[in-house]
Amino acid sequence: MINQTVKNLFFKEFASYFKTPLGYVFLVIFLFGIGYLTFEPGRGSFFYMREASMTSFFKYIPWMFLFLIPAVSMRLWSEERKSGTVELLLTMPVTVKQAVLAKFFASWAFIGLALLGTFPMIITVTYLGKPDYGVIFLGYLASFLIAGSLLAVGGFFSALTKNQVISFILTVCVSFLLLMAGSPPILDFISSFSPKYVVDLFESLSVLNHFDSIERGVFSLSNIWFFSVMISFWLFGNIILLDENKAN
Amino acid sequence: MLEVRSLSKKFGDFQAVNDVSFTLKKGEVLGFLGPNGAGKSTTMKMITGFLEPTSGDATICGKSVQVEPLSARKDLGYVPENAPLYEDMYVREFLYFIAKMREVFNDKIEEAINKVIKMCSLENVEYQKLETLSKGYKRRVSLAQSLIHDPKVLILDEPTDGLDPNQKHDVRELIKELAKEKCILISTHILEEVEEVCDRCIIIGEGEKLFEGTPAELKSKSAKGRIQDVFRAITKGEHLEGVAI
Ligand SMILES: Nc1ncnc2c1ncn2[C@@H]1O[C@H](COP(=O)(O)OP(=O)(O)OP(=O)(O)O)[C@@H](O)[C@H]1O
Ligand SMILES: [Mg+2]
Repeated sequence: MINQTVKNLFFKEFASYFKTPLGYVFLVIFLFGIGYLTFEPGRGSFFYMREASMTSFFKYIPWMFLFLIPAVSMRLWSEERKSGTVELLLTMPVTVKQAVLAKFFASWAFIGLALLGTFPMIITVTYLGKPDYGVIFLGYLASFLIAGSLLAVGGFFSALTKNQVISFILTVCVSFLLLMAGSPPILDFISSFSPKYVVDLFESLSVLNHFDSIERGVFSLSNIWFFSVMISFWLFGNIILLDENKAN
Repeated sequence: MLEVRSLSKKFGDFQAVNDVSFTLKKGEVLGFLGPNGAGKSTTMKMITGFLEPTSGDATICGKSVQVEPLSARKDLGYVPENAPLYEDMYVREFLYFIAKMREVFNDKIEEAINKVIKMCSLENVEYQKLETLSKGYKRRVSLAQSLIHDPKVLILDEPTDGLDPNQKHDVRELIKELAKEKCILISTHILEEVEEVCDRCIIIGEGEKLFEGTPAELKSKSAKGRIQDVFRAITKGEHLEGVAI
């Protein structure tokens, strides 16, 4: 059903994560990092909570992603444009939209694989007690969705500039804003000069609020809606941007 | 098979290509000449659909690049300037990827890859990683990827740039061989190449078409039969001893 061209490009892109050390470095840093943060001795750590749940694990996921996902997304288009291969790619029978989607889904699948790599956590909590598997599943779903959103942001910025470092920094900044949009300091700051509906708008844009709500097991259609709109919005921007400056 | 109708391209205020038209039939090789920055690559990028023209259009086998970009590109093989490649791939793997993207049937892919490897003499490097290849081999891989789906129209942007004399010779022989079945547009800075492989040539300067004709016509403009004198006279607009334009 999915277009064959998109599929071919998807597999080539997915395989490319395992051709350079980047993919392996990412997996190692992610798995060790999230393991350390989850079990780190401190308030909110796994041991301190004394319950068989993965709350402390999921709490750190967005912050791991904040720095790791831009490292994955920065090369999506910057590299193609810098090396000129974008000319090869976009003169084949493939549309800009298909190319953007294929690359995005390949990177998303890669992060999905990294999340699957955390399965020892599930074994650990199962060994220690009786976890609520529904909540765990929703936690993973929320993590996957937040990954998609940040990747879409990153794809956009990698189409903006040929410089991977700039693409990385811009993605971290914008992702941070999107994560923090609903936090009290930012909302207080905005409410000091804007009407209430602007504040509400900001709060509803917060990726973290939606993440938290799914992760706590409160799952509604509006969450799915939010992430779909978020991802589509940035992908759409990515397509427009690439169309505009692919040849510069 | 290839028809270019008054293509123009402006980058901001800068007119890179201005009203260039020509047609190309099966069995013909058209040489695209002009000084650096004349607009050769820009014109080629518009023909391949990579760049949106400011005005004008190109049709490949009757299909407009603007209106039906995907089906027009199916009949097209393209070697971009500087032969960019996915350097982290292996030669065979890369050709396989291109064959898939170019919609070569699964049971024909192996055959197609072997064929282009033979045509472009890549046997020695077929299992090597692209980033480890020498410049000349990279050019030939780029040529191979443009041939894998046996396109009717070939656009080659300086395909012999950076090749040693033997490889230049081989590529020219290959182009002559291919020309029997295809139409080929080739840009080059090597004037002997035009005499050797092209049936016709076009000279452009500052985006404008300045000359169109056969290499013999070009040569006959110089009393001494020196093409480079004619080229200089046409593109720089200066008067040269023994050259009538
Ligand atoms: N994306 C762009 N933005 C602005 N100007 C451009 C762009 N691409 C090309 N140009 C300009 O258009 C002109 C034509 O460039 P083009 O690459 O077509 O030249 P060329 O004939 O291929 O030259 P060469 O022989 O050096 O390859 C040049 O002056 C170049 O600077
Ligand atoms: Mg050029």
